[in-house]
Amino acid sequence: MSEPLLELKDIKMYFPIKEKVFKKPVNHVKAVNGVSLTVRKGETLGIVGESGCGKSTLARTIVGLLEPTSGDILFEGESILGYNKKQMHELRRDIQMVYQDPYTSLNPRMKAGEIIAAPLKAFKMTSNLNERVYELLDLVGLKREDADKLPHQFSGGQRQRIGIARALALNPKLLILDEPVSALDVSVQAQVINLLEDLQEELGLTYVFIAHDLSVIKHIADKVAVMYLGKVMELSDSDTLYHHSKHPYTNALLSAIPLPDPEKERQRQRIMLKGELPSPANPPSGCIFHTRCPIAQAFCKQHIPVLEEKDGNNPNHQVACFYPQETEAIVNSQ
Amino acid sequence: MLKKKRNIVALSALVLLTIATITANIWLPVSPGFIDAAQRLLPPSGTHWFGTDHFGRDVFALTVVAARVSLTVGFTVAVLATVLGTITGLIAGYYKKADFIIMRIIDGMLAFPSLLLALALVAALGGSVTNIIIALTFSFWPVMTRIVRSAVLQINSIQYIEAAKTSGVSDPVVISKYVLPNVLSPIIVQGTFIFAKAILAEAALSFLGVGVDPSTPTWGNMLQESQIYISMAPWISIFPGLAIVITVLSLNMLGDGLRDAFDPHAKKNKKRKQRFVKTKMAS
Amino acid sequence: MLEVKNLKTYIDTGSGTVKAVDNVSFQIEAGETICIVGESGSGKSVLAHSIMQLNPSPPVFHPEGEILFEGKNLLDLSEKELRRIRGNEISMIFQDPMSSLNPVFRVGDQLIEAIRSHEKVSKKNAKKRALELLTDVGIPDPERRLYDYPHQFSGGMRQRVLIAIALAGRPKVLIADEPTTALDVTIQAQILELMRSIQKKYETAIILITHDLGVVAQIADKVLVMYSGRIVEKGSVSDIFYRSTMPYTWSLLRSLPRIDADASNRLIPIQGQPSNLIDRPKGCHFAPRCPFATEACLEIDPALTKRGEGHWAACILSEEEFSNKKQELEVYAQKGAVK
Repeated sequence: MSEPLLELKDIKMYFPIKEKVFKKPVNHVKAVNGVSLTVRKGETLGIVGESGCGKSTLARTIVGLLEPTSGDILFEGESILGYNKKQMHELRRDIQMVYQDPYTSLNPRMKAGEIIAAPLKAFKMTSNLNERVYELLDLVGLKREDADKLPHQFSGGQRQRIGIARALALNPKLLILDEPVSALDVSVQAQVINLLEDLQEELGLTYVFIAHDLSVIKHIADKVAVMYLGKVMELSDSDTLYHHSKHPYTNALLSAIPLPDPEKERQRQRIMLKGELPSPANPPSGCIFHTRCPIAQAFCKQHIPVLEEKDGNNPNHQVACFYPQETEAIVNSQ
Repeated sequence: MLKKKRNIVALSALVLLTIATITANIWLPVSPGFIDAAQRLLPPSGTHWFGTDHFGRDVFALTVVAARVSLTVGFTVAVLATVLGTITGLIAGYYKKADFIIMRIIDGMLAFPSLLLALALVAALGGSVTNIIIALTFSFWPVMTRIVRSAVLQINSIQYIEAAKTSGVSDPVVISKYVLPNVLSPIIVQGTFIFAKAILAEAALSFLGVGVDPSTPTWGNMLQESQIYISMAPWISIFPGLAIVITVLSLNMLGDGLRDAFDPHAKKNKKRKQRFVKTKMAS
Repeated sequence: MLEVKNLKTYIDTGSGTVKAVDNVSFQIEAGETICIVGESGSGKSVLAHSIMQLNPSPPVFHPEGEILFEGKNLLDLSEKELRRIRGNEISMIFQDPMSSLNPVFRVGDQLIEAIRSHEKVSKKNAKKRALELLTDVGIPDPERRLYDYPHQFSGGMRQRVLIAIALAGRPKVLIADEPTTALDVTIQAQILELMRSIQKKYETAIILITHDLGVVAQIADKVLVMYSGRIVEKGSVSDIFYRSTMPYTWSLLRSLPRIDADASNRLIPIQGQPSNLIDRPKGCHFAPRCPFATEACLEIDPALTKRGEGHWAACILSEEEFSNKKQELEVYAQKGAVK
């Protein structure tokens, strides 16, 4: 097993809710509420969850756009939270981000070539600038002529390729991919996923891949963390998660994804979740999932489950649930 | 933008006026300063298109020449207020800490009616073209700051700004290459409106007698001087007044046209509105 | 019940006319669900709006062809007559539940207004009916929720409210334009379930527009596949998913990331970018991206031909040629995977 590249230690990110400008905040939106994760060199960690689960906030804390309320972030074994401006600037070389929406993540008034060159210029790597831009365009499957086009002249998939080229310009070690394919047309999603896989192999990149869709993650992630209301519910190697999940939320998510196969699809038993996502400002007591959980017991309302190993055979599989066996039983009965 | 007739009309009126006033010395048949005591208070005629004033000066020539000061003041104030407002607005919108300080100052300044503020400043500084420009710039830039700031705040949450920051692009570059070009349209639009307002304000100040030195012909001065003759020789006041109206109207139309031309927001809001109208229609 | 015949909707883009919907025909019966699938720019949304005649005009021209509803051609009706049809007979829900409700009015008032615009009832009775509708669409505590504003509802709940509003006039046809795209998967499952139960209860015919083939597999009886303004394949849900004879449908299905697939398998994408409506290639519109395209495909624009009972596809390849080519590609792909 390779060494850890990124370690998140009990990250909490609270946003204050203020009713009056000068008064103390009345409450906090607990967007990320105690997340610990490790990403090893060369692997892909998938983070999955529905809107409001805190996955994007987590991504933005990793790249330094937000400073977490508490917790620690280690990059190559070194805490990056105490970094000064200069150190933070240097760190940007190593950690880059690809955004979800290829329509708003590119400056509409800059040409593709300028967009890709921007990080290079920021780090004064301007020798052979044009050559490097062409190389990057080539790497993501675009043509040299494309450097002179404006973003609106590209289709969504091509724009996302520009976004990827920009992120790769500085030869980063870690790439945070925030829903990189969810805004794309179905017929181009596969292209971009394959491109990301190829790039990882070719450049030895490490990915944190954020998505709301478990089927996309499945093809690219080695390890998956399922988040709900700012907490990790289940963490496991990808294979185990898809076949032997022990958390009712993961199972509900898996069963909610419709299969593109009418016969299978119509025979499936769905685990329907009750109700809606509770507010992250006032998360439920005990296990935060108990309000929607199909197997919740009275016990779950009072006690908070920790994310821990529940399966003696697989130390990589961690679940935050008091009743993992019951979950498995439901899954097996289907 | 030039597809609309009224935009063309507005633009040509302004261009025509500018050219006319710059080249006035060449083509005006009578010098605007020429006093002919025998020809006092004549109504409009073939020789004096706009009539003559109480000194026997040609009102047409005066009106054309007065445009120089009015347009210069308006334009300079528009440019200065825009530059000043844009810089402060960008800083306030981009840096949270500076925002608090700048906006409190701006709020304070906005608490005074802008004309009153200008009046006080001119009264303190003394009436000259330069001082009027300073006073008007000072009273108009807060509005610009507010507009730029809110435009920046909207843009700030767009991902390409975030992407630039995470790519290591420095703040000055982010502001000048990513933020500014994308907030330029409301700035230009507002600039045109300030232009119009400044012309009105200059006229008002001159009319109140605290404006440009009365011997310099400006539309405001002309109005002020002609007051007493208004019933006897209304043309002395009507024509400079008309000039103000046409110029300001043209500028406002131009501003509106510019806004329609490059403000995607106006269209977006319309679309949004259409959406629930559509829902209503569909059900 | 509703029959669309040779429908053409063209849009004036300023730089030429775009055939957003080009010669589309289909029909739907009571209690049936038809899914229209396609990517962005395939014309599926314009098609749905054409049926209701809700496209903004200009730039969209008045559609040509026929839209027959209970024997009447909707395209010949006046705006006044149309208004009677909309909502009462055919109603529509939209993708974005966030902006489809008027933010400044209470949800209950919007619902009551919708009810009263369809039938003459007293305010009291309308309120009673509003409560019924909200209960129908599964909104808990409807009595209280009537007095809430749209922003107090979550995305899923808003979509439920919109469905309630759409059902206010007891429509026979419900057109849903990407109703679950903006929602989370667990909420999507709830909404689709709701639509199915409503269909069962009221025998509503549903036209569902979506880009998600999983949703189609789950809910459709019949499927129309659209590509650059045209129907390229139509048939029963199993025709499309198991017996497709149109390369676009087939390769789209093959390219999807699926949770039931082997994760180690590489995805097989469709090459190229989705066609835009503005400069469409000569010949078959899919030819530039088609793995089976021949010289002929770049010249001949294929018409829909019959492939089985109710199954039509637009491709010059015969069924036999198609399955041969498929096999060839499969063998080739496996070699690639081994490598």
